Parts: sequence; C-alpha cells; structure tokens
Amino acid sequence: MEIDLKLIRNTLVVKIQGELDLLVAEKLRREIDSKIQSQQIKNLVLNLEKVSFIDSSGLGVIIGRYKRMNAKNGHMYIVGASPAVEKILFFSGINKLVPLYRSEQDIINI
Amino acid sequence: MNVKNYVRFEFKSLAENVSFARSCVAAFASQLDCTLEDIEEIKVVVSEAVSNSIIHAYENRCNEKIMVMVSIMDDRSLEIVVEDHGKGIEDIEKALEPAFSSDSSRTGLGFTFMKSFMDEMEVFSQPGEGTTVRLKRRFKENEQKAYA
Repeated sequence: MEIDLKLIRNTLVVKIQGELDLLVAEKLRREIDSKIQSQQIKNLVLNLEKVSFIDSSGLGVIIGRYKRMNAKNGHMYIVGASPAVEKILFFSGINKLVPLYRSEQDIINI
Repeated sequence: MNVKNYVRFEFKSLAENVSFARSCVAAFASQLDCTLEDIEEIKVVVSEAVSNSIIHAYENRCNEKIMVMVSIMDDRSLEIVVEDHGKGIEDIEKALEPAFSSDSSRTGLGFTFMKSFMDEMEVFSQPGEGTTVRLKRRFKENEQKAYA
C-alpha cells in the first residue's frame, strides 16, 4: 500500500494505491489525521483510483475522517473508485455522506 | 451432499495475513467458475471474518492462531469456516446487529457484509473459548454462462 498526501492550498489530496484493509487502515488514519491537525484543511479528497480492494476496516477510516472534517465544517470527497470498490461504498451508505466523483478534475469543475 | 474438494490452512493472527487468507480462498473458489463479482464478494467476506478474529477475538494479539477451511460441495456450493480461540462473543444476537461494534472506532459492518454476500451464516461462540463462523454460498450450474 502506498499513500501519497499532497496539500494544495487548503485541500488535502490523498492518493492511495493497493488494498485498503486492516493492515493499512491504521497507517492511513494516522497520516491523514496528522495533516488535518497540523494544517488548515478545508477539503479532503480521497483518490481511490488505484485501490483494488476495500473492506469495513477501510470504510472505518473513511467514515472517521468524514466525521473529523464535518466537525470542523470542512468537506470530503471520494474520487475514482472502481466498480468493485464503489459497490462496497454504496453498500455501506458512505455515498450518502461523502460525494463520489469520477476524477479530481470533476471536483474542480463543480 | 459430498465434499468435492477442500483446503484448510492456519496462520498467525497478524494483519498481514488478512490479504493472504482472502486471496487463498478466492483462488480456491475460482474452481467454481463463478463471476469476478462473486469472487470480489467472497474476498470481502473472508477479510471481514479474519479481521474480526484479529481485532475482536484476539484484541490485536499477534501470536494467536486462526484457522480457515474452504470446501466445494458437489452441488456447487462453497463453504467457508473461520475459527479462532479468542475471547468469544458474549451476545451473538447483538454482535449480528447492523452497525453494532464493541469498538466505537469501527463501522460494525463486518457481519452485515458476511450475511449479505453469502446464502447462510452461522456463528458459534463460547466466551473464553473462541468463535467459529460458518458461511455458505450456492452457485447455480453454469452461472458464469448465464451472466455472459
């Protein structure tokens, strides 16, 4: 699993590569939280284009970050989820909390 | 109904082994000629059951053992058994409720995924002795062709 965090003004873009399960959930949570705490972040973008698998451990990280962003009146977006990952996101109902977009460009175009 | 083929393996309760377990089961289940979507669901189910053993049964202790047994029956059904010897579940009915988790930082969706993606789910647990989850899914004859 590779995690790439990029701060563009007040937007944190997190690109994840690999499988989002128990093994990587804690590392991902720590890395995102340390940025959210130390920087003035208003938008959090999770780029899942290269995520091939997700289970409830991965969903837990997403829901937890949504709650944190929501508490500071920020926004969160998910982009590029594959059909297999999207199915799990829909199943959990996360899509009702965090909007899903095809690409980062789609968010810029809003 | 007879067992046509089976595989049984045991591993340490390490988070690194969750991916190993689901990949093994998925590779074995592919003998059934099911769809890729079916295989993805089976991977989620195994991931949830094994993660439960690591997080809840063993409370992240990594020197414990988890056993997985997968069987293909001659009626084209797949049976997955995940067994641990952890702390067990006090109230199974409560544990099976959607979005219930003994750990507030978790989603509580593990059993919901297992129940939804499989045809049968049974949970046997004895506090202090461990938990066994038995999951079963039936695949119709030539299911893959029907989807083609």
